[in-house]
Amino acid sequence: MSMHTHALEGGFANPVLGAQATFRALMDAMSRPGTIQTLTTDAAPPHPLGLAQGAVALTLADHDTPVWLSPALANVTTKGWIGFHTGAEIATSPAHARFAFLGSGEPIPDFLGFAAGSQDYPDRSATLVIELPSLSGGPQFLATGPGIRISTQIALQGLPADFLHRWRVNRGFFPRGIDLIFTAGNALMALPRSTDLQALGG
Amino acid sequence: MYVAVKGGEAAIANAHRLLADRRRGDRSLPALSIEQIVAQLALGVDRIMAEASLYDRTLAALAMRQARGDMIEAIFILRAYRTTLPRFGYSNAIDTGAMLVERRISATYKDLPGGQLLGPTFDYTHRLLDPSLLSDNEVDAGLQRDAGPEPVMRVSDILASESLIEMEEPDETDTAPGDITREPLEFPLGRDERLQALARGDEGFLLALGYSTQRGYARTHPFAGEIRIGQVEVEIDIPELGFAVSLGRVQVTECQMVNQFKGSAKQPPQFTRGYGLVFGQSERKAMAMSLVDRALRAEEFGEDIVAPAQDEEFVISHSDNVQATGFVEHLKLPHYVDFQAELDLVRRMRREYDAANPAIEEMKEAAE
Amino acid sequence: MQTAAKTNPETHLSAQDAARKLRIERLARATVEEMEGVLEAIGGVPEATNLRGPETGLVMIRGRMGGTGSLFNLGEATVTRATVRLATGAVGHGQRLGGDKGAARLSAILDALAETPAHRATVETLCAAVAARIETEDSRLAAETAATRVDFFTMVRGDD
Repeated sequence: MSMHTHALEGGFANPVLGAQATFRALMDAMSRPGTIQTLTTDAAPPHPLGLAQGAVALTLADHDTPVWLSPALANVTTKGWIGFHTGAEIATSPAHARFAFLGSGEPIPDFLGFAAGSQDYPDRSATLVIELPSLSGGPQFLATGPGIRISTQIALQGLPADFLHRWRVNRGFFPRGIDLIFTAGNALMALPRSTDLQALGG
Repeated sequence: MYVAVKGGEAAIANAHRLLADRRRGDRSLPALSIEQIVAQLALGVDRIMAEASLYDRTLAALAMRQARGDMIEAIFILRAYRTTLPRFGYSNAIDTGAMLVERRISATYKDLPGGQLLGPTFDYTHRLLDPSLLSDNEVDAGLQRDAGPEPVMRVSDILASESLIEMEEPDETDTAPGDITREPLEFPLGRDERLQALARGDEGFLLALGYSTQRGYARTHPFAGEIRIGQVEVEIDIPELGFAVSLGRVQVTECQMVNQFKGSAKQPPQFTRGYGLVFGQSERKAMAMSLVDRALRAEEFGEDIVAPAQDEEFVISHSDNVQATGFVEHLKLPHYVDFQAELDLVRRMRREYDAANPAIEEMKEAAE
Repeated sequence: MQTAAKTNPETHLSAQDAARKLRIERLARATVEEMEGVLEAIGGVPEATNLRGPETGLVMIRGRMGGTGSLFNLGEATVTRATVRLATGAVGHGQRLGGDKGAARLSAILDALAETPAHRATVETLCAAVAARIETEDSRLAAETAATRVDFFTMVRGDD
């Protein structure tokens, strides 16, 4: 057998209901940027893929969405797990990916290396699913934009120092650009390209 | 302008109930089974599969029954159903050369390896209505004869051995072809996308276009090099196994049209090809497809584009009968407000016309 | 006789993989009756956990321009697949054309059973029976087709 059994285990026990529940949480997260959604899921992705990351992969990735895995995640079992349960191809470069999964503490590659969509089809862009140590307790940002009443504060831990600058560059391409989903264990938060961020003093 | 109205619910529900009643028809007759449709209306089932672009005889027969035999409605239903299914992957290329042949004829070579195999054809029947089919008489099984070991060689391979026909070899990279079910059409298309569109195109439309090329609207000097019908293996790579396996067989019809070509500055005189490949047993469609495929290659061969069959945008945009029926049939939906506006406009124009031409009115009245 | 043989014989496969490939392909063509018959003989359908499916989806079938040229997408076919794990830990895969989920699951179970020494021979016997049935069906079809072969004979040949 060419694939280890670990890669074959750990999908949703009930794929329809499992994907629907995760999709609901993702939809809420995307439509209310900055809110933290907590997943209750029986997905069991192989280490070091996070729980919410794995559930997002099972829910959103399919045969038509190449997936890029960061160096820390790109082991044989994770690749096999994603391929077996979602049908997605593993992209060899970030530019070809519709979804990219990044492990906790890894350097986040340049956003410009990912597909930003075209002016006619801004949806043909990448969504990055980034595992962080925690979705709270980090440096504070003020988030404004669609889905946010006036403004909201986020405090993600483990972002690179130049994150705000990089996010502003991404915002500059609107309606093109990438979207972000941050995960920590079974929690997730979304930062769609429509959300504006500012540093909060201190 | 748009005005939302309500009030059709009961009428619609009753209409659907009546549709179900009429579909079932005379209750003293047994209902058609799906197995009967698959077995006895096989070519209709094949047409639904081909134009719905979904190979599944059971579902195609179900669609035919649900649509009361309305083929385009059945194709529509099956097309809609396929959008609900996930894509597992792409097969390896089917090998029509290794086909389990059920019919194979060539109009270009009388004697050829494998022979002329007529198979279950309507050709040479007299097209006389057969009253014996009014009742369920015993039908004899087909005769059998030793098939012999001779392979059924492709006619195009015979011509290729003399270098008198354009070569058909995989491009160097053998890259993934375009997929019109995944990416919106953008003209100009590649031949890969055209063939995919033609394979699901309306048989009647392609037949008419193919006929038009024969009547002089972009002549292609065609010969039916070979038509073969039979079963081919569908093989797909299984990543979790690390090798490809066959999922079973599908029946396809292939037509290799051979077209005389006088040559151009770049290419010597030779035969060129039009290709037709269709799900199921569908000879007319495969032939028409290959004529249209060749006509659409006009630019490639430096030919003048003078006729509809050569116009890629015209052919491909109008070959899909699900799209076509959607747009034509939408006209029966309420256009009350649009029409009211038109009515007002025409009334006003008529008043202005009448005011400007009193003499004409008087002459008319006098004539009456 | 005409065959539906594959274009590229999988010469690079190990003997074990080659055997499994053949087995999975034959199970893909086995009828529910054939599979149930064998399972009854060994004490019924064993407990099995679904790792994926049984689920029905689409495979896009590809052809080649002119039969031998560049690839194009011909159209899709329904395919049903299942992956199961038996109590023994053996994992089996089954997939076949069409929408029969029960059949796909049975074929996955039989593939897993064949991974266990106790039942390998039973499954191989089933596969051999399926292969023999297909061979008979193919021979019959080839013979019926051969009976419609045209035997030309020249009636008159002249130059005027």
